[in-house]
Amino acid sequence: MSTTNYRRIATERRKELLNMIYEAKTGHTGGALSSTDILVALHYGIMNIKPSEPKWADRDRFVLSKGHSVEGYLCILADLGFFPKAELMTFSKYGSRLIGHPTNKVPGIEICSGALGHGLPAAVGMALGAKKSGRAYKTYVLMGDGELAEGSVWEGAMAAANYELDNLTAIIDRNGLQISGSTEDVMKLEQLKAKWEAFGWQVFEADGHDIEGLISLMKSFPQTNGKPHMIIANTTKGKGVSFMENVAKWHHGVPSDEQLAQALADLDKTEVGK
Amino acid sequence: MAESKSLRVAYGEALAEIGAEHKEVVVLDADLAHATMTAIFADKYPERFYNMGIAEANLMCAASGFAYSGLTPFVSTFAMFGAGRAYEMIRNSISYCNLNVKLGFSHSGLCVGEDGGSHQSIEDIALMRVLPGMTILVPCDSIEMKKAVRASLDIPGPVYIRVARPVVDSFTNPEDEFIPGKANILREGSDVAIIATGLMVTEALEAAEKLSKEGVSASVVNMHTIKPLDEKCVLEMAEKCGAIVTAEEHSIIGGLGSAVAETLAGKSAAPFIRVGIQDKFGKSGKPSELFCEYGLTGSNIADQCKKAIAQKK
Repeated sequence: MSTTNYRRIATERRKELLNMIYEAKTGHTGGALSSTDILVALHYGIMNIKPSEPKWADRDRFVLSKGHSVEGYLCILADLGFFPKAELMTFSKYGSRLIGHPTNKVPGIEICSGALGHGLPAAVGMALGAKKSGRAYKTYVLMGDGELAEGSVWEGAMAAANYELDNLTAIIDRNGLQISGSTEDVMKLEQLKAKWEAFGWQVFEADGHDIEGLISLMKSFPQTNGKPHMIIANTTKGKGVSFMENVAKWHHGVPSDEQLAQALADLDKTEVGK
Repeated sequence: MAESKSLRVAYGEALAEIGAEHKEVVVLDADLAHATMTAIFADKYPERFYNMGIAEANLMCAASGFAYSGLTPFVSTFAMFGAGRAYEMIRNSISYCNLNVKLGFSHSGLCVGEDGGSHQSIEDIALMRVLPGMTILVPCDSIEMKKAVRASLDIPGPVYIRVARPVVDSFTNPEDEFIPGKANILREGSDVAIIATGLMVTEALEAAEKLSKEGVSASVVNMHTIKPLDEKCVLEMAEKCGAIVTAEEHSIIGGLGSAVAETLAGKSAAPFIRVGIQDKFGKSGKPSELFCEYGLTGSNIADQCKKAIAQKK
């Protein structure tokens, strides 16, 4: 698949998620937009998954630890055929299985997640489970940067290095913003790369909107060096929508009619990505 | 002669026994294997044992990951740090997803003794009981502990097994069936029913013996499953005996006493008294000294039975 196709896929998913949030009148818009390209890279370019057989034993595992950014994830799963696209318009409505955080009642979603700080430790268990069962599947987890203040993340970080989980890849959606402002103002994270390296991880920094770059980086990972992999993916919160980019209040927000029209026009105008 | 064994040793032995037949069983501990006695399993099956370090949040979430991978994790640490510190991990990453994770937490209750109040978990049953879908087993001797560990395997979903620390004489019958959710009636009486769990079951039997010498006839129920509670048994005992006393090595708030009270409410006017820790923290001392101070004795249970009987209309 060419670069253009990935960019088109990501643009379409962004438009879908905005429509979904507009319809639901609820949603974590900023983080959903910052993480879209990472999710596209994983689901269209990296992971071994079968939409017709969601529980296929050798599937790669994915954990959306920043579960509040579920919107883009759902749009991707629907696009891949895990469930009908029409269902996206039921998002967050009474009786829908598509709720504000991932649940494994939805085909394609591995695990109930979204209580921050749980995803990495759970992924550690999955990766250990793969080694124990002699299965070759890989485990991927996407965390938010604000989430890294949770102590359990660092418990998981230690365990992953201790058990030499080279079948585990964690990605941080490093958009620099959390609900009340800059991560560096709320609870300083830097030097982030040095921290993960000190915890025994093999750490890479990447442009979190360069889908092809993310795919080729992950394809290059050695699987037998005994080190878990970390990608600090630098992103822009609200990516692709001019008035949402880098605005903390769009962490959670629903566009008005006019804002939705402008957002969709923004996305059509410039397909985001490198 | 009855065998004497610590319930935690029985727990560790039970894990090693089921480990032989069930290759899907893995055991995770938070660096307390020689206290929780999961070391017995670890010695036999080192490749299926994971010391996750002193990190209970990671311990619980990693257990969920194992369960998602199709394995059956038994997770052990002290009740204080399992049910207490990692409560939200158990709630959201294990119970909310109804995962097949077994929680065997040791050093529950006052019997931790000299470690003092900070380490005496008197609220673990309450914390686990409010979680939808959680089964709670509280074995009273090593025979029952082994049955409980085995039974937990057949329950598809999370199970909490409360593992007491002390050495106790085994008194239950190895031949008796252990059915989660079905109480075992150890003694039939007509004046009062003592519903007890865990280490309080022997105290209840002692109370019944004492009462019988005073002409009072007491039933003794071993309520080894707190959830789902055998409500039918509770209501039948209230009907038959007309007075109920519960006994537990746990706070009277949220544990067995509360579960029985919730069952009786609106359905029985039988006098009802809860023996347990009366909304206080624990303290340091020998378990026997603490049991005396907090009223967790056969003699206090007998006194409370007489009070309950006196309240009958």
